[in-house]
Amino acid sequence: MRSKTSRGERTERTERTEREGAPSIIRARGLTKRYGDVLAVDHLNLDVRPGEVFGLLGPNGAGKTTTILMLLGLSEPTDGHAEVAGFDPTRDPLEVKRRVGYMPDDVGFYGNLTGRQNLRYTARLNGIDPRAVEARLGDLLAQVGLADVADRAVETYSRGMRQRLGLADALVKEPAVVVLDEPTTAIDPAGVAEVLDLIGSIARDRGAAVLLSSHLLHQVQQVCDRVAIFVGGRVVAQGTMRRLAEQMGGDTLQLEVGIDGPAAELEPALRAVDGVTDVARDAHDPRLWRVTGARSVQGRLAAALAGRGIAVWHLRRIGDDLDEIYMRYFAKEGAGDDRAA
Amino acid sequence: MTAQPDAIETPGTAGEADAPGTAAETGITRRAGRRRAGRGPGDGPMQRSSWRGGGWQVVADKEFGDHVLSIRLFILIVLLGLAAVAAVYSTTTYVRDNAQQAVGSTGLFVLLFSASSPTSQIPPFTTLVALLGPLLGIAFGFDAVNGERAERTLPRLVAQPIHRDDVINGKFAAGLAAIALVLVAITVLVSGFAFFELGIVPGPDDIARVATWVVATVIYVGFWLAFAMLCSVVLRRAATSALAAISVWLVLTLFASLLTGIVADALSPVPANATLDQQVANAQLQLDLSRISPGELYSEVTAYVLDPTVQSVGIILPQQQPATPSILPFEQSLLLAWPQGVALIGLTVVCFGAAYVVFMRQEVRA
Ligand SMILES: Nc1ncnc2c1ncn2[C@@H]1O[C@H](COP(=O)(O)OP(=O)(O)O)[C@@H](O)[C@H]1O
Ligand SMILES: [Mg+2]
Repeated sequence: MRSKTSRGERTERTERTEREGAPSIIRARGLTKRYGDVLAVDHLNLDVRPGEVFGLLGPNGAGKTTTILMLLGLSEPTDGHAEVAGFDPTRDPLEVKRRVGYMPDDVGFYGNLTGRQNLRYTARLNGIDPRAVEARLGDLLAQVGLADVADRAVETYSRGMRQRLGLADALVKEPAVVVLDEPTTAIDPAGVAEVLDLIGSIARDRGAAVLLSSHLLHQVQQVCDRVAIFVGGRVVAQGTMRRLAEQMGGDTLQLEVGIDGPAAELEPALRAVDGVTDVARDAHDPRLWRVTGARSVQGRLAAALAGRGIAVWHLRRIGDDLDEIYMRYFAKEGAGDDRAA
Repeated sequence: MTAQPDAIETPGTAGEADAPGTAAETGITRRAGRRRAGRGPGDGPMQRSSWRGGGWQVVADKEFGDHVLSIRLFILIVLLGLAAVAAVYSTTTYVRDNAQQAVGSTGLFVLLFSASSPTSQIPPFTTLVALLGPLLGIAFGFDAVNGERAERTLPRLVAQPIHRDDVINGKFAAGLAAIALVLVAITVLVSGFAFFELGIVPGPDDIARVATWVVATVIYVGFWLAFAMLCSVVLRRAATSALAAISVWLVLTLFASLLTGIVADALSPVPANATLDQQVANAQLQLDLSRISPGELYSEVTAYVLDPTVQSVGIILPQQQPATPSILPFEQSLLLAWPQGVALIGLTVVCFGAAYVVFMRQEVRA
């Protein structure tokens, strides 16, 4: 189920988002939405600061889209309140919409118009004279890799191309806040990296706050400065990747180790490493081992094994992998269901 | 911590809170909530000019552009153009004959619109327009909202800084403009035919009558536009919506008189040995009932406006009929048509209002 290829050590996110003092541009307090008996969003608290990419991560039906609609003033909260770019979306939806670029889940465009014409329409709806931004529309289309097809009718676009156009569309108004609902779902793997790069640069270069929702954790984790794990309408964990890992794992961590040799020799060798508490063979790939132990093991393991003449060709920490975190929270949610905040 | 907004208005009743479309989206009920000046990071370089409002014009502009370039506009112009040519051509002989008797009198020009040769199979132009007009309205409205849903453009559209009603207002305005364009084009075609083929020069009275008729027709077709838009709001599939609108049009066109007859006979029976009063009462009831239908109202307006000899469309007994019909000036005809015209406008407004309200209360998500 989980990808077996080594993704290498995930580069640690910079801690620039730890600027606790910076005022948040998206704030939600006790935001709640009830559809009849269904509690779609349950007392959500959220803070997103300018210049950061915030990931709202959770499975289908978690309430991500509902949250986004409330933040945009497109749906009225049952309870609680939000503030986006300094305005209450319930009372000043237009002021919010002037400042927020939004790409909906499964974004659509007018098929009879070209990509460029669609963006022009968005510009005009925002009160921007399209002639004044013509050059910028070209830049945006180039940035999302649609320069060649910009003047073709959108009905000839693939779904992935539409999603790229959606990203350009969200940027037309030079937003202070960009909200992207499932921005990578229909894009091919090579395209995902490009799109994520672009999303990262929206936050870095334009200083905008990016709120993205996704159920594809392994795709978006690299671009998110902070994440909230969202299950059944509730946030079960929130913070930087590192924080979540610490919250999760405590003092222990889990490593995925790739070593070759007879199991009878390897297992005692692994157990002999100082701090290791558990060793198990990977269920799918016999050449991989799962080693559980103290945090210090990560630094020592390779050297200790080398001392015994065992070459390590793969070593990956899986404790702070978002996938792992996510699965664990799901497990907790399914089993105990006692994490009500 | 920034200051909390002074008053968080929590949704009033539970029922209101559960309603899908919200005041937040409409921006109408809470437009009053003024913001405090100069605050927040949003007011940075992203702020733009003080452009405000006019969202419906942007929507209408785009929609009208779509309509003008659409194949459906082309088809409708061809259809109505053919109807106009056929009707006017067959009326020509009739008008020529009448011209002998009525030289100099008003109404020759309008006869071209409303009269048909007694020997011809083809009804007069106005009858054809009354018949085909609803199709024009339905064509520009049946996919107004569900088309946006099908293309998944609605969430993006309502997330732009326009009021939510700008969407439906703009679409209605664009539809009316497209309808007016088609009708004016056809009317100009007929007038040109009258002028160049028959040498009839319309007088001021003629022009006023025909112009009023065009306005009334736009309102009548506007009713069907509003009705089709209502269907497009309520029904999720464009094909279903078109079918529903066309069905209602056919039922009203084909069976309206049958239905009003049945109801009138039930409420005001006419026995075999009925008195004249009973017969008149029945006929009057039937007429009143039929006036629920926009088609009936429109045909009455047309009769008054385009035929200066018509003084009443009510029940006229033979002994009440004047031997030689007098010719009314335009103002008199307009006065006679006024109640029906107002009723027609009312029906159109009610129909659009229904589409508006349902649309405003709908969930953005399909
Ligand atoms: N209009 C609606 N009426 C009733 N329930 C709804 C409606 N929209 C969403 N829901 C419910 O709210 C929950 C959250 O949905 P959503 O926000 O779309 O989740 P996500 O975007 O995370 O997949 C789901 O259980 C969904 O069934
Ligand atoms: Mg969703």
